[in-house]
Amino acid sequence: MKNGLGVPQNIVLFGGTSDIGCEIVRQLIQPGVANIVLVSRDIEAAETRWNGLLNDDNQVNVHHVRFDGADANGMVDVVNGIVDDIGDLDVVVVAHAVLGSESDFLKDPVAAASVASINYGATMVLLLALGERMKQQGYGRLCLLSSVAGMRVRWSNAVYGSSKAGIDGFALALDGELRQYGASLLVVRPGFVSTKMTAGMKKAPLSTTADAVASVTVKAIRGNGSVLWTPAAFRFIFGVFRLLPEAIWRRLPLG
Amino acid sequence: MSRERISGWGRTAWTSADVVEVRDVGTLKTVVGSQHRRGVIARGLGRAYGAAAQNAGGIVLACADDSRVDNIHLDSSSGHLTAPAGLSLDAVLRFSVPRGWFIPVTPGTRFVTLGGAVASDVHGKNHHVDGSFGQHVESMKILLSSGEEVVLSPSVKPTWFWSTVGGMGLTGVVTEVTVRMLPVESSLVMVETKRLGNLDDVIASMSGKSDDEFRYSVAWVDMLASGRSLGRGVLTRGNHATASDVGGSEPCRYDPKVRLAAPPWVPNGLLNKFTVRAFNEVWYRKAPADAHIGLETIPAFFHPLDGVRQWNALYGSNGFIQYQFIVPLERVDVLRTVIGKFSEAGVASFLAVLKRMGKSNSAPMSFPTEGWTLTLDLAAGSSRLPALLEHIDEMVLDAGGRHYLAKDAHVSALAVERAYPRLEEWKHIRDEMDPRRLWVSDLARRLRLVEEAS
Repeated sequence: MKNGLGVPQNIVLFGGTSDIGCEIVRQLIQPGVANIVLVSRDIEAAETRWNGLLNDDNQVNVHHVRFDGADANGMVDVVNGIVDDIGDLDVVVVAHAVLGSESDFLKDPVAAASVASINYGATMVLLLALGERMKQQGYGRLCLLSSVAGMRVRWSNAVYGSSKAGIDGFALALDGELRQYGASLLVVRPGFVSTKMTAGMKKAPLSTTADAVASVTVKAIRGNGSVLWTPAAFRFIFGVFRLLPEAIWRRLPLG
Repeated sequence: MSRERISGWGRTAWTSADVVEVRDVGTLKTVVGSQHRRGVIARGLGRAYGAAAQNAGGIVLACADDSRVDNIHLDSSSGHLTAPAGLSLDAVLRFSVPRGWFIPVTPGTRFVTLGGAVASDVHGKNHHVDGSFGQHVESMKILLSSGEEVVLSPSVKPTWFWSTVGGMGLTGVVTEVTVRMLPVESSLVMVETKRLGNLDDVIASMSGKSDDEFRYSVAWVDMLASGRSLGRGVLTRGNHATASDVGGSEPCRYDPKVRLAAPPWVPNGLLNKFTVRAFNEVWYRKAPADAHIGLETIPAFFHPLDGVRQWNALYGSNGFIQYQFIVPLERVDVLRTVIGKFSEAGVASFLAVLKRMGKSNSAPMSFPTEGWTLTLDLAAGSSRLPALLEHIDEMVLDAGGRHYLAKDAHVSALAVERAYPRLEEWKHIRDEMDPRRLWVSDLARRLRLVEEAS
């Protein structure tokens, strides 16, 4: 149960090694937080990472749970297992995703389906399971990391971008449903973030850092909004981008 | 039944629940007769500041009902007043004061139900003399989760009685209360007001024998004053005025009014350290430097904030918490440190009240013990507050103090375990009264007061 200062007792992170996800959860930890559950494909990597992130004086119970982001069938069990373990879910951050390499998809088109499953199909199942739980609870805050790449898809990252477009649309609709039951969802739409996911890629304009995304996200999680653009300017930029004729959109030198 | 978003008086930690209007015991029995996956809690007038009367995803029984004033029964020889538990103290006072009887204990608002007063074991300005509400309850009726309605009193099933007093509604739904009322000759209070320049003066004035000569005694403290003025305040003490003090033909005339309403929308941060500092200065200077004695009405003396409807909205959408703790009489040093910490942090408290409390009663979960209790209102939005309060919580607990559950919105389950030595005993009796584990609230979940049925 969250407390009157807005501090959640139980926090769950899907993507326990995600740079942005870890930073969000780290910044959410303050007196009052009792449990954090880190759900990762690679538990060992998550353990190593979190051992470095937490001070010894933190009185937080850390739980590690293994999952496979592509396994839609397993998602409901993963959520139920966490609830059995810690009880009500106060804040859940869904941060796991894969980028893939667009040039490789042409050689191996089937690989695109796996990206779509992790970023969209299986995540949709996960959000449904989490959403159902929060409806029953009568409260709870879900946070999904989307991307501006999904706001208008470009060929240079069409597989990733379209998967984010899908999950972003689904999540916003789910938010409307959850709000009738006391819960809510926040869709976070960052621009280019310098993380291990984007290492080696050319930085796009208005690039930001995991730290910066996390600090605005934490504020937004404490608030009550549905959508967070970061940097905030993207809200207006994409307001324009979405109106451009396709022919012009394709010619823009955005990579 | 309707789905509603609910919070406590502090307007924080909103959750959604199915609300059932309770007009009679029959409705109650129907609700209790069915299965509820996330339990049930009774709610009165929602004046508990935190999450005591809300139940996320479960059932909330809306029990407040002032339409049943005709069901009040007052025995004019014994002063025993019996009334439905959903009735407010406001309704009780409107009935009883003109007849020469006052409620034996009133908190700072008369808009609480009798049931809520029992469940929180509320206290008032007379705790040092009269103790808390539960000590004045002759008997009560309570609906258990078995569907059975039983009578409890200090002599009939005393363990159940005392576990319901201060039991935060987690033992059952109180349906009727019989209170031993206090005879009064008038509806006015003879009040002595004096201004005290620092905490030492406040403590000294409230510690002396003279304090026991006043039935009512409380000090307002300026939490933002620092240095030599740290803890300066205004002490008000009083006794019920006699008929001859008041004079006139209607000494018990009682006509409380709600005069103002908070505006419908207030920005967050209206009550900040600058506005509160300005208010405090005026409030302090307004009080006479030398003791002044005068007559005050019941609403003015006991329920000043009730004059402003929905004053809790003045904190904006972020809401506020009321932080109330108690430390033993000899730990004035903790009070001083706490006031210093708040003053240092510049965390504004619009309302800060200090009171010397008398002895504890037999209820395992009752808050008051002999000591000093300090009560602060704090805007909830500040990101510094969790760390500051954790630090202060530790000091309070280390000093053998505790926090008041009816106000609480943030302490940890561990803090309650440490501070309430009879917690396990109470849980055991609670489980005996509610083997189904039907009763649960958001407060109970956060503080692990109840093992939820799964």
